[in-house]
Amino acid sequence: MEIIPLGDCALIVRVRERFEDAPEETLSEVLRTFQKLRKVAIPGVIEIAPAYTSVAVFFDPIAIAKASGTTEKVFEWLATKIRGVLSSARSYGRRSTVAPCLIEIPVCYDPEFAIDIARVAEHTKISTSEVIDLHSAAEYRVSCIGFVPGFPFLTGLAKRLATPRRDVPRKQIPPGSVGIGGAQTGIYPLRSPGGWNLIGRTPLKLFDPAKNPPALLRAGDRVRFRAITRDEFKAMKQ
Amino acid sequence: MNGDHQHPSASVGVTATVTRAGFLTSVQDLGRIGSREFGVSLGGALDPFALRVANLLVGNDEGAAGLEITLGGLQLRFNDERIVAWCGGEFEVHIESRRLPAGHVAHLQARDQLKFGSPKIGCRAWLAISGGVDVPVVLGSRSTDLRANFGGIECRALRDDDVIPLATWPGSPIPATTISSWTAPHDWVSPAKRDPILRFVRGVDWNRFNALALQRFTSEPFTVSSDSDRMGVRLDGPELERMDNVDLVSEAVAPGTIQVPPAGKPILLLGDCQTIGGYPKIAHVITIDLGVAAQLRASDRVRFSEVSLADAHRLLLERERELERFRIGLSLRSS
Repeated sequence: MEIIPLGDCALIVRVRERFEDAPEETLSEVLRTFQKLRKVAIPGVIEIAPAYTSVAVFFDPIAIAKASGTTEKVFEWLATKIRGVLSSARSYGRRSTVAPCLIEIPVCYDPEFAIDIARVAEHTKISTSEVIDLHSAAEYRVSCIGFVPGFPFLTGLAKRLATPRRDVPRKQIPPGSVGIGGAQTGIYPLRSPGGWNLIGRTPLKLFDPAKNPPALLRAGDRVRFRAITRDEFKAMKQ
Repeated sequence: MNGDHQHPSASVGVTATVTRAGFLTSVQDLGRIGSREFGVSLGGALDPFALRVANLLVGNDEGAAGLEITLGGLQLRFNDERIVAWCGGEFEVHIESRRLPAGHVAHLQARDQLKFGSPKIGCRAWLAISGGVDVPVVLGSRSTDLRANFGGIECRALRDDDVIPLATWPGSPIPATTISSWTAPHDWVSPAKRDPILRFVRGVDWNRFNALALQRFTSEPFTVSSDSDRMGVRLDGPELERMDNVDLVSEAVAPGTIQVPPAGKPILLLGDCQTIGGYPKIAHVITIDLGVAAQLRASDRVRFSEVSLADAHRLLLERERELERFRIGLSLRSS
């Protein structure tokens, strides 16, 4: 584990160097670190967020200077506190990794929404119906939320479905679009630009700022896709 | 009877009317904290310090919501008596025919019109209005998230004829003549510079760049490209080449982060930046210089100069101590 400054008001706790080698293990370790840091109130820490191999800690150097009585070693003081928390025997239980939720997400793979499925089929040399079967058969895990609010980066895509992003990203992708980008799959929560290959659409809202929490998914959640018809899509569309 | 109570604050409080929205004006406070794990950007005033100072000058909490004005053109008509102050680039600002310099305080009467001209240097200004802009708090902030479209006034930038709800304000206990003499230090209220030097601390991927790239980064000027926005400032200049070609795992970025996409043209991230990024981070502009960075506009030239992390913290703490003295000074004058 490394603790690296991210400018003067944040730092990164890098739990592992690589993600692809052992996604499940890495994610569990990152989430454990995230939970541990979140449960203790370290003075000056403003917020904490996980991403793939690391946990970012945002802090207020002024509050830390006050709490530590030093103005010279703000980063070192915080890094020491963080190391202390993480190595503490008072591990909040090995079970402290909150049991991940399994969330089922209905997806309509109708050609109207699956505008890039032919491209995926061509690249992977399998039929479009097999693309749908493979995509909706797997269980995925949210490795990170980002890019835009509520966007889940999902690991667990069948290797055979991996398809490079489009060379020229689309300027506007409709909310709910499900896409494949390289070895990952994900869902666009908001109208946004994007370069992933679109293979379907969910009627669910992935991000709603009026809700608490505002995102349907969070890092660590398990996800399954269930194929639905156009009529079901229409009926479920919120 | 109208049963629609969706916007109670807009229907009861006093308002200001946008007679002209200008190029890009939005409601911003000090940003959205606590939702980063859901991919929500910090947002808020791109120069939070400027908004804090403007708020203190008008007697607000320093985190009250105000307006961020980009490239000017805003015209507001007030519908009651208010105190206003602004900080930012070199704008000509008038209240009726009186000029209001940056960091000065003006007492407006109902029907008074406030106008922002275009900036000579810099591109953004922050206007604080006594009482503060009273839009609903969404995820802990009144800021407008222009990329994800929520917060602020109807989740968007201001338009002509918009009505800005203002929190009730009891009126000033201090005579107008006293107020108009208040001001704040020049570099707080007018941070915009021609050809600025931004100070930075090294980024985590500093050592991935070759010696030539590092030398160029710290010695040559970069030109601000026209496709810059609240997310980041794109820079043209010497290409910054890496020594390796490894794909990096995405991790957190923050306002001030300078990332370098494969084409070698750096991007200096600002308040609306994404929460994570996969490009190498060569450096981070220090927080105390983000106000200068927020003023960069197309074709400006900028250079970078390295400082230690300890110096970045020391500078920030010194400024905060000065702000504390300023705050106490204001409260003594008000009592």
